[in-house]
Amino acid sequence: MTAQPKDIATYNFAYLDEQTKRMIRRAILKGIAIPGYQVPFASREMPMPYGWGTGGVQVTASIIGPGDVLKVIDQGADDTTNAVSIRAFFKKVANVAVTTDTASATIIQTRHRIPEHPLTAGQVLVYQVPIPEPLRFLEPRETETRKMHALEEYGLMHVKLYEDIAKHGRIATTYAYPVKVEGRYVMDPSPTPKFDNPKMHRSPALQLFGAGREKRIYAVPPFTEVVSLDFEDHPFEVQTFDQPCALCAAENVYLDEVILDDHGGHMFVCSDTDHCEKRRNAPTSPLWGGRAEGAGGGLDQSTPHSTPTPALRADPPHKGEGKEKQ
Amino acid sequence: MYVAVKGGEAAIANAHSLLADRRRGDRSVPALRLDQIVEQLALGVDRVMSEGSLYDRELAALAIAQARGDLIEAIFLVRAYRTTLPRFGYTKPIDTDNMLVERRVSATYKDLPGGQLLGPTFDYTHRLLDPELAAGGDVAEPLQRETEAQAMPRVSAILAREGLIEPDGEMPQDHIPGDITREPLEFPMARDIRLQALSRGDEGFLLALGYSTQRGYARNHPFVGEIRIGEVELELDVPELPFAVPLGTVRVTECQMVNQFKGSAKAPPQFTRGYGLVFGQSERKAMAMALCDRALRATELGEDVTAAAQDEEFVISHSDNVQATGFVEHLKLPHYVDFQAELDLVRRMRAEYDARENPVKAEEKREAAE
Repeated sequence: MTAQPKDIATYNFAYLDEQTKRMIRRAILKGIAIPGYQVPFASREMPMPYGWGTGGVQVTASIIGPGDVLKVIDQGADDTTNAVSIRAFFKKVANVAVTTDTASATIIQTRHRIPEHPLTAGQVLVYQVPIPEPLRFLEPRETETRKMHALEEYGLMHVKLYEDIAKHGRIATTYAYPVKVEGRYVMDPSPTPKFDNPKMHRSPALQLFGAGREKRIYAVPPFTEVVSLDFEDHPFEVQTFDQPCALCAAENVYLDEVILDDHGGHMFVCSDTDHCEKRRNAPTSPLWGGRAEGAGGGLDQSTPHSTPTPALRADPPHKGEGKEKQ
Repeated sequence: MYVAVKGGEAAIANAHSLLADRRRGDRSVPALRLDQIVEQLALGVDRVMSEGSLYDRELAALAIAQARGDLIEAIFLVRAYRTTLPRFGYTKPIDTDNMLVERRVSATYKDLPGGQLLGPTFDYTHRLLDPELAAGGDVAEPLQRETEAQAMPRVSAILAREGLIEPDGEMPQDHIPGDITREPLEFPMARDIRLQALSRGDEGFLLALGYSTQRGYARNHPFVGEIRIGEVELELDVPELPFAVPLGTVRVTECQMVNQFKGSAKAPPQFTRGYGLVFGQSERKAMAMALCDRALRATELGEDVTAAAQDEEFVISHSDNVQATGFVEHLKLPHYVDFQAELDLVRRMRAEYDARENPVKAEEKREAAE
């Protein structure tokens, strides 16, 4: 009752207290040690709502130091309102340098996209995750899904994908497309479009996933196998666009549809705003055209429309079969 | 366009300054002071303290003012502050037997040691809007009497003497109470953890679930053994001192439901318990909590789990209104990347459908588009 409202707003560097950071770092280390495994952690209330990136913010707050350079994107763009808000939060509570340039960022917090510019060793990509459990919509109970992961019992997921093909002629999952990490855990890549899945495979960057409301952290260490689930006769495919970006003419990048008028007029532009701006400003840069190869923009330089990752057969699943084909 | 290209930052700042303006409202009306909120909107303050899990009336009042009276937003503000506070220790369990009682009613006995005390209640008020209150008339001082030294044993203790109600439930000697604010929830959970979650759970959600048990979805024949509201003392064990140190008092509402139980393979016929305890004065919440607590003990008592209120994962995963409001409201964040992916899929599937069902029309459409 003695609290003076004026005295209340003093916070530690990057908002979280050091005990909390230690607890979260332990969860991150465990996640890195067991790629794709969802580590429960005592998620804190954050000064932004659950579902608005509290998991990602807690992960970023626990790993960020004064020397870091932070980039925050939402839907691939640096200037969407929530990205602006999270970037401003860290500028305020950690006073770190912020950037929109993918290459010069040391930590990139993202919602729904992986940048088009390839990530490099030493960078950390922090994903905001709403529902970390890839099996959740097949089995709502946490007690059950934890058992299924423990027993590596992923038949339900394969049946779901198979039923998609039987009903719709294709796998009707376009984002949050399930992947298998290092041949063991099936993982939700967060609701990124499946176009981005190949970029996770053997990425030199560390990928950390934070789900605040659901209190889970998981990780994909650098150079880890990340294979999108598919069938031999229905290989995984990424989205393709019939036209290039209307602003920078990039091909094989993810595009957003922008409605121009109420007569059905529309155009397609890059979802990654930093990538698009760089191309428009410096058409002679190595980025120009250089990123046109590789569907999904992964490191893998296979031809577009082909399967960028080895097919992991569902029936019967030989362990490591995908790896042999590499 | 709320996903502004450059200028998002300015748009956010402008929105917040408009919010501050709307919060203040007409400048010719005096601004609310925190002590006015503490004194005159006390039950709203109590709810914010209870679901915000922070016993501090001034901060709760500040949160209510800052949230423009939106209690869930106020609860969120309090939680976000609370989570930054250091943890000095855990107090000893409060002893509600020794509560300084302001209200105490039992529905199971006509009279009982300590008597029935109505206290400050809405019960038996006729819900007629009061023009005098609007006119701001003076309020008479209430009648007071000397406190009596008479003990006020809890109804559950009276029933227990006959052996007709189950014991209060024992935890193993070495059991350390959990702390849902420091450890991730894991299912299934022990009752101490569950009660913590229920105590900060959303009043409306628990009310609806409790109501559903009365209407037959996991009916458990409840009686209000007792509701008591008053001040209890908090004590903390400090390592260097041989006695517990009193820290002050908090006001709580406790509800003990007594539920009929015909017996099962696991337990004999007896009365069973449902327990509710919340900060401040909130009988509705304490009663709803007690109904839910009892329903959630279905597995422990060997009952069939048939209804939502008995399902621990369902109830506890969805009872926190700060989590619920965040996730529901996050739908207004941009989702256009995923929507684009779905749009593409639906367009392709629709084109295939049209070609299959109505080849001529699909052909015309394509020509028209070209």
